[in-house]
Amino acid sequence: MTADVLTPTGACADPRAVAAEEPADLARVVRARRRPTRRVRLVIATLAVAAVAAVLVRVLLGDYVVALTDLLPILRGEALPDAPGASFIVMEAKVPRALLGLLAGLAFGAAGAMFQTTLRNPLASPDIIGISVGASAAAVIALTFLDAQGLWLPAAALVGAVAVGLLMHAVGRGTTLAGQRMVLVGIGVAALLSSVIQFVMTRTSIQDAQAALVWLTGSLARATWPVIGMLSVAVLVLAPLLAVCARWMRLAELGDDLSATLGAPAGRARLGLVVAVALAAVATSATGPIAFVAFLAGPIARRLCGGRPSLWAAALIGAVVVVLSDFAGDYLIPDVNLPVGVVTGALGAPLMLAVVVTAGRAGKA
Amino acid sequence: MTSTTFAPTPVDGTALRARDLTLSYDGRRVVEHLDLDVPAGRITVVVGPNGCGKSTLLRGLARLLRPTEGSVHLASDGAHDDVWSLRPKGFARHVALLPQSPPVPEGITVVDLVGRGRHPHRKLVRRWSRADDEAVTRAMRATGTIELAERPVDELSGGQRQRVWIALTLAQETDVVLLDEPTTYLDLAHQVDVLDLLRDLNRSRGTTVVMVLHDLNLAARYADHVVALRDGRLVGSGAPADLVDEEFVAQVFGLRSRVITDPVTGSPLVVPTSTHHQSGATS
Ligand SMILES: Nc1ncnc2c1ncn2[C@@H]1O[C@H](COP(=O)(O)OP(=O)(O)O)[C@@H](O)[C@H]1O
Ligand SMILES: [Mg+2]
Repeated sequence: MTADVLTPTGACADPRAVAAEEPADLARVVRARRRPTRRVRLVIATLAVAAVAAVLVRVLLGDYVVALTDLLPILRGEALPDAPGASFIVMEAKVPRALLGLLAGLAFGAAGAMFQTTLRNPLASPDIIGISVGASAAAVIALTFLDAQGLWLPAAALVGAVAVGLLMHAVGRGTTLAGQRMVLVGIGVAALLSSVIQFVMTRTSIQDAQAALVWLTGSLARATWPVIGMLSVAVLVLAPLLAVCARWMRLAELGDDLSATLGAPAGRARLGLVVAVALAAVATSATGPIAFVAFLAGPIARRLCGGRPSLWAAALIGAVVVVLSDFAGDYLIPDVNLPVGVVTGALGAPLMLAVVVTAGRAGKA
Repeated sequence: MTSTTFAPTPVDGTALRARDLTLSYDGRRVVEHLDLDVPAGRITVVVGPNGCGKSTLLRGLARLLRPTEGSVHLASDGAHDDVWSLRPKGFARHVALLPQSPPVPEGITVVDLVGRGRHPHRKLVRRWSRADDEAVTRAMRATGTIELAERPVDELSGGQRQRVWIALTLAQETDVVLLDEPTTYLDLAHQVDVLDLLRDLNRSRGTTVVMVLHDLNLAARYADHVVALRDGRLVGSGAPADLVDEEFVAQVFGLRSRVITDPVTGSPLVVPTSTHHQSGATS
């Protein structure tokens, strides 16, 4: 009680004359402001190193081990006299998978964190609110009814994800409860589209159903250079936009009224969601939905950063998790190649419980 | 805010002016044909029964809700501009609004939250400046929250938290501050505490304060100017001593009362005798 009762007189003598007189207070404010920032920077730097390490592990280790000293010549396109097949394996299998995992993980992680923070709802990640399912439904329909091959499959998935994103945007427009409405509608749409997928699967041939199923679990098996090119262009274009949106996101956290009062134009926060939808859509179209990555990267990043959300930390966590899970899926069980989505699904469920339980203990659930 | 003297800004001016203001949600009119002058450099308190449109009026004044009819004008540099003709950030350098209970961002510290108030003063690419740090320090000193600087906001008590929100609003360094029920959820000591703080700010900086208060006695005690609403219409406005009497209380709140003079402050003091419901002795 006494701690927060402040002296009624003198507490605000003259607000304007303060800064010059009280350098100690100014110093304290500056120190307090920098402390969390420093921690977040350290976390991001560490995660960036971890992401590079994960890519190296994926490329160098496994059934076919490549020496680090051989990697550079291979990347430069030189032939290795003592290992003639190395170049082909590295350039056509290992590097593409590592890069696709890296890019998709970055995109999923950033998109998920963007959704959750802007909508102030931990359930609001693209895999829960229908973006991924939209991509899946479109891809399965294209696969079975239209016989889509090659780049047509990701193109169809992109259309599906964007369509769901547009629907949610329309639902949220001009209402004060945009966030809650978008999440609820998204969950409904996800359920609807899941049953569409089930229905299509029962109507199609065994071969098509199997191909669709592989797509639905999320895998890096379709890591081809055109797909990687498409995804890296998308990430490179969208990342700077995301950086701008991150600032609006920090206002959006304060609620619609306060953020608008601070000069954020109405609906600007939802522009960040558009970028997030685009990222999630492109990534899903390239790999299929990879379970839990978008959903959990944000909360894990927040835990590492001392409670504050960080888009970049979440993106890097997504990248590390996808690359390492893909590696584990290939080599953990001998002679069995698990798609990355199966591994993240198996890892994600207990991890989600851990996040919920520890968050509850910290009183922040 | 650029002036270096402590004298309140001229009080004859109007900071915000609403004319024929009608505000609606989904076609339903909540505030109707309201004319209102918010005196500059003064404390205006909006009173009225629950759901009569007080928060809506504040949102209309703060450019959060576009009028379906009429207009809101802001006085700045001698001119009156329609608030919807101004750019969002430009308007945000003149008028701040503290909503009733804004969500607290997860894991945010006090300094970080107060710093959000600097947004209207920042350029898209420019980094955090020393001026921002100084503004945050001033706002935190004025609200007595310096001691809380490193603390996570979600661990604070209600009274501390309300001071932090007010600090955010002050860091915005506007000449008009709108507050929606800044004393709800606070015990009486903290209510007086917050209101004293706001009055001190008004007296020392000349900040124009407009706030919604539920407690008519606190309204009469702190207001220079009272605005009373009922069913979205203006019932009366003026200095508390001129406005608040038994007839006024009955008209606005449907409450029978005696109005006496507060022995401490000399402002009108409302003592309810009974409500019109109780005369039927049903409850
Ligand atoms: N965002 C909103 N959407 C629709 N109706 C609203 C909204 N906010 C308030 N209202 C309605 O407007 C009326 C006035 O509300 P409000 O301005 O919050 O009243 P007060 O602040 O005086 O209690 C109420 O009937 C309320 O239900
Ligand atoms: Mg209200």
